[in-house]
Amino acid sequence: MDAFLHQILAGLATGGIYASLALALVMIYQSTHLVNFAQGEMAMFATYIAWALINAAGMPYWAAFFLTVAFAFVFGVVVERVIIRPVESASVLAVVVVFIALLVILNSVTGWIFTYTMKTFDSPFPKGLGLGVYMSPHEVGTILVTLVVLVLLYAFFRYTPLGLAMRAAAQNPDSARLVGIRVGWMLALGWGFAAAIGAVAGMMVAPIVYLDPNMMGSVLLYAFAAALVGGIDNPWGAVFGGFLVGVLENILGAYVIGHELKLAVALVIIVGVLTVKPSGLFGKVLVTRV
Amino acid sequence: MSRRQLIVIAILLAVAFALPFVVSPYRTFQFTLVIIYAIALLGLNILTGFNGQFSLGHGAFYAIGAYCTAILIDQAGFPYWATLPISGAVCLAFGFLFGLPALRLEGLYLALATFALGVSLPQLLKYKAIEKWTGGVQGIVIAKPEAPFGLPLKPDQWLYFFCLVVAIVLFFVAWNLLRGRVGRALVAIRDQHIAAEAMGINNAIYKSLTFGVSAMYTGIAGSLSAISIQFVAPDSFNIFLSIIFLVGIVIGGIASISGAIYGALFIQFVPNIADEISKAAPWAIFGIFLIAFVYLMPYGIAGGIRIVLAWWAQKRQNS
Repeated sequence: MDAFLHQILAGLATGGIYASLALALVMIYQSTHLVNFAQGEMAMFATYIAWALINAAGMPYWAAFFLTVAFAFVFGVVVERVIIRPVESASVLAVVVVFIALLVILNSVTGWIFTYTMKTFDSPFPKGLGLGVYMSPHEVGTILVTLVVLVLLYAFFRYTPLGLAMRAAAQNPDSARLVGIRVGWMLALGWGFAAAIGAVAGMMVAPIVYLDPNMMGSVLLYAFAAALVGGIDNPWGAVFGGFLVGVLENILGAYVIGHELKLAVALVIIVGVLTVKPSGLFGKVLVTRV
Repeated sequence: MSRRQLIVIAILLAVAFALPFVVSPYRTFQFTLVIIYAIALLGLNILTGFNGQFSLGHGAFYAIGAYCTAILIDQAGFPYWATLPISGAVCLAFGFLFGLPALRLEGLYLALATFALGVSLPQLLKYKAIEKWTGGVQGIVIAKPEAPFGLPLKPDQWLYFFCLVVAIVLFFVAWNLLRGRVGRALVAIRDQHIAAEAMGINNAIYKSLTFGVSAMYTGIAGSLSAISIQFVAPDSFNIFLSIIFLVGIVIGGIASISGAIYGALFIQFVPNIADEISKAAPWAIFGIFLIAFVYLMPYGIAGGIRIVLAWWAQKRQNS
């Protein structure tokens, strides 16, 4: 029983990471109806920056953490303005190709600068945070960080004028433009936030999977699965989906199909949800007029 | 085809057949890979370029083809040439089956589902229950085929000709398929699927069959690659293989048969040149080329050549 409970709690901890990355995907999807295939690599790149700040520049962890989040934010905004903007209204193929290009560029540039050897990334959380046999300090810390991120995001979108403007720009760009909101910049800010959340997810997952340019591949897949389960246009759904996928992955991996097939869980969820219920659990059912 | 096109093709074929007698064995091997890539790219282009269905997981069909051939040779003692129809048929079936759920997915979502397939593929290939056949992480090693009938050819040269003949047959079939009724139906589905349906085209059958045929082409390319490299292993079929095919069709030219050849030359030789700078450089260059082509040359090299030819013809007419 203890072991089972441990699996569930550990699943919640990784689920928090998937939830963060899924949230980043949903943010971009909501405003542009695009799925960012490079979200994982952007997070990976930011995590390398954090690693460099801590190990090469000798910064304390939390200073590096916040600096990295700020860097990721700016990076996201710049990517939107410079690379995504020109293809915004192009065909889906063009957009997907640009995302894939971004993915391989970030992956190879990171490999170029930091080499492909695995690096350790220490967990910042003190030993006292752990819950005995049930949860390691890092798992508790990950869940706490995820919750803080969620509360901050909720407060931002619910209580600040800028958050309101961003929601308006995502929901109805034309009307938003008419009342004087600069929709283009709101989209860029959305990219910035998504990149910042992704960076947090990357820094949380790095102590578990080790730092390596390909580390986010499977995490991104689980985040896709999470976002789809919850409904890709619903942030709360994405968070719920993240925790659900984390727990499912852990329990199925430990008891049913074994660890070497864990990624197949994500594949089955993605293909299953898309074919059976494309709107996910909480998403809007889309009706197109012909 | 016009007379000029026939002449160009005849010259190209003559060059292709003379090539292995002129260049070194290593270059011959590289050109063999170009031919193989061209077949795979043609398969993906039929699906993505002509029919508008995305696949970021075509490496999966390449892997199925390669494994089919390797297992048939390794376990059942098939001669290498006899494995091609079988692996083609297996991939056709797999592609058709994957095409059925894909019917419900459009654009981005299909890209997502196939991306998931591409990422999880190495894990699936390493699966313990099928290790008996696939050799698990170690993969399978097969023997290098020799030239038959006592032909005075080195193995590398023979492999080149073998792949070349297969490729010519497959390109001819694709050209015939795409220029007629079927090709028009595929393009109609891509451009306006509702109008296509209204004109009596059975979208479901056409789309899933296209997936099947596309998978068959890519699968046969996979088989040929297993025969020429004499080795298959799960980690060579990662997501980057699928991405390389995407690079190939975008740079060669979307919805163009000749684009497959330009794309294949690009993905074979550009990394070779870039490798000298850094191990990571080929991929950085692929990425930059992808973005540059989407912005500047959306129809790839084939499209660029078309534009230049049209401009030239116009100029001659005016003078």
